[in-house]
Amino acid sequence: MTVSVRLAHAFAEFSVDLDFQAPPGVTVLFGPSGSGKSTVLNAVAGLLRPDAGRIAVDDIVLTDTARRLFVPPHRRRLGVIFQDGRLFPHLTVRQNLRYGRRFAPRGPGSTSEASVVEMLGIGALLDRAPATLSGGERQRVAIGRALLSEPRLILADEPLSALDGERKAEIMPYLERLRDELRVSMLYVSHSSAEVARIATTVVTMDRGRITRIGPAAEVLSDPALAGRGRDAGAVIEARITRHHDDGVTELDAGGVPLFLPHLPAAAPGDRMRLRIAAQDVMLAHDRPEGLSALNMLPGQVESLRDEGDVVLVRLTTPAGPILSRITRRSARQLGVAPGAAMTAIVKSLSHDQGDIGAPLH
Amino acid sequence: MTDWLSPAEWDALRLSLRVSIWATVVSLPFALLAAHALARWRFPGHGLLNGIVHLPLVMPPVVTGYLLLLTFGRRGWVGEYLDQWFGIVFAFRWTGAALAAGIMAFPLMVRAIRLSIEAVDPRLEQAAGSLGANRIWVWFTVTLPLILPGVIAGAILAFAKAMGEFGATITFVSNIPGQTQTLPSAIYSFLQVPGGESSAARLVIISIIVAMAALILSEWLARRVARRVAGQ
Repeated sequence: MTVSVRLAHAFAEFSVDLDFQAPPGVTVLFGPSGSGKSTVLNAVAGLLRPDAGRIAVDDIVLTDTARRLFVPPHRRRLGVIFQDGRLFPHLTVRQNLRYGRRFAPRGPGSTSEASVVEMLGIGALLDRAPATLSGGERQRVAIGRALLSEPRLILADEPLSALDGERKAEIMPYLERLRDELRVSMLYVSHSSAEVARIATTVVTMDRGRITRIGPAAEVLSDPALAGRGRDAGAVIEARITRHHDDGVTELDAGGVPLFLPHLPAAAPGDRMRLRIAAQDVMLAHDRPEGLSALNMLPGQVESLRDEGDVVLVRLTTPAGPILSRITRRSARQLGVAPGAAMTAIVKSLSHDQGDIGAPLH
Repeated sequence: MTDWLSPAEWDALRLSLRVSIWATVVSLPFALLAAHALARWRFPGHGLLNGIVHLPLVMPPVVTGYLLLLTFGRRGWVGEYLDQWFGIVFAFRWTGAALAAGIMAFPLMVRAIRLSIEAVDPRLEQAAGSLGANRIWVWFTVTLPLILPGVIAGAILAFAKAMGEFGATITFVSNIPGQTQTLPSAIYSFLQVPGGESSAARLVIISIIVAMAALILSEWLARRVARRVAGQ
């Protein structure tokens, strides 16, 4: 499913003007609030009639202002996962799931209710009322409801932002299964770089109604200019599982560099994974240090620095891919961190947040 | 049991119930439409519609009755054609009493329904649309169930108001025993004749009981439906 979006729309406060193509997979629209991400999603969903533009999913045109074409929302067949779930309070979970069935095309390829219920683990909830569900359960039902309407494409509007950290971790694997097992294409709005790192195959970064960058996730996310500021900054690398050690550590290989993570029972040797390494969890050293508890060290070369006031964001090229490190300006000066300098990045292995680690990529 | 009321009193009670039920049932779809239009649509004449709907609430009932007579009377500019084309006659019939009661109760019904429509989260209707449902389907499967408590409360309130309607009814359809003599008209008539006090008193008690029962029922129903709608 390729989504092409060309859009120009003026609001009282700001304007949106952009043109991009989202290839199959999960395309995350990423940017601060007020950057126009939701405007794009609303325009695709048909909830907003843009001043000018054209929106198409593959060769099906949904909006084309030049031809005065506007397919109403209910005929677009796009499954929307809203921030707040929006389950119908007067219907049971089962009735919610079936709401869109009536309008979905039937055929041999159609999604079965049983498989969706199984995949989302909501079998025990079917006769419950939405008011009795937890936030995470509600969002799982909302995902199922959208899937069962047989959408051409799923639109996810910050589907995790109303949930706390634990609930986010509960939902993320299901979104990943949508991507990896059902191969559903998604347009996904988010302002959390941790979320983006985990789910995105393509990233569109936005600011003040314009696209600042678009590209494959790993490439866009490790660009220091876009990596986010403060605690949010981080890089994404891909690794392959080598083996599980007896002492509860899983060994991975990232471009020839061994990495060690706490045991990952869900993954098998040979599986590819995406790892996010927060810039603030990476220390720099001249040489490979001895007598340190950190297991993960990556040799590399300084590529660029970005000044962030008291701290510096360093981008390092390593065999595993680009890595970001956030260090104080004083350390940078004392170590002589400058473009071209050889450095070792020391990653605190336990600081890999479980929520940042992607499911196996197939 | 039937000896408790005289035949004339029974007639008045039966007629009042029939008039009020018809007034409520027939005006309900129009009230839903008007409430929806006032709550959700923006159109030229919005304020005018709002004013017209509320007019019976603020005008003297006798004025409403007189306007009904001018409009729906046998010589009225609508009544004449209704009679000629469809054989529908309102003047001095129980149907006229139902029309008068319905119009007098209409603002109450619209207000209750409008409030409940305004309380519905339009984003739920959007969600239903995103699942493929067109607007009419959305209205019947999402909006209506969610506003049901308000609709029931509004209908019962309107019913109680219709039971008590006097001024517009007596002006429009007069006070004909067995034809247009509703409970309030009967009470009025009994009070005009010597020795009618005991009849009037019985009907007064019945009026109070019906009004109280309607209020309690509407509260109970509304609460029950609200609980179901909230999924508890």
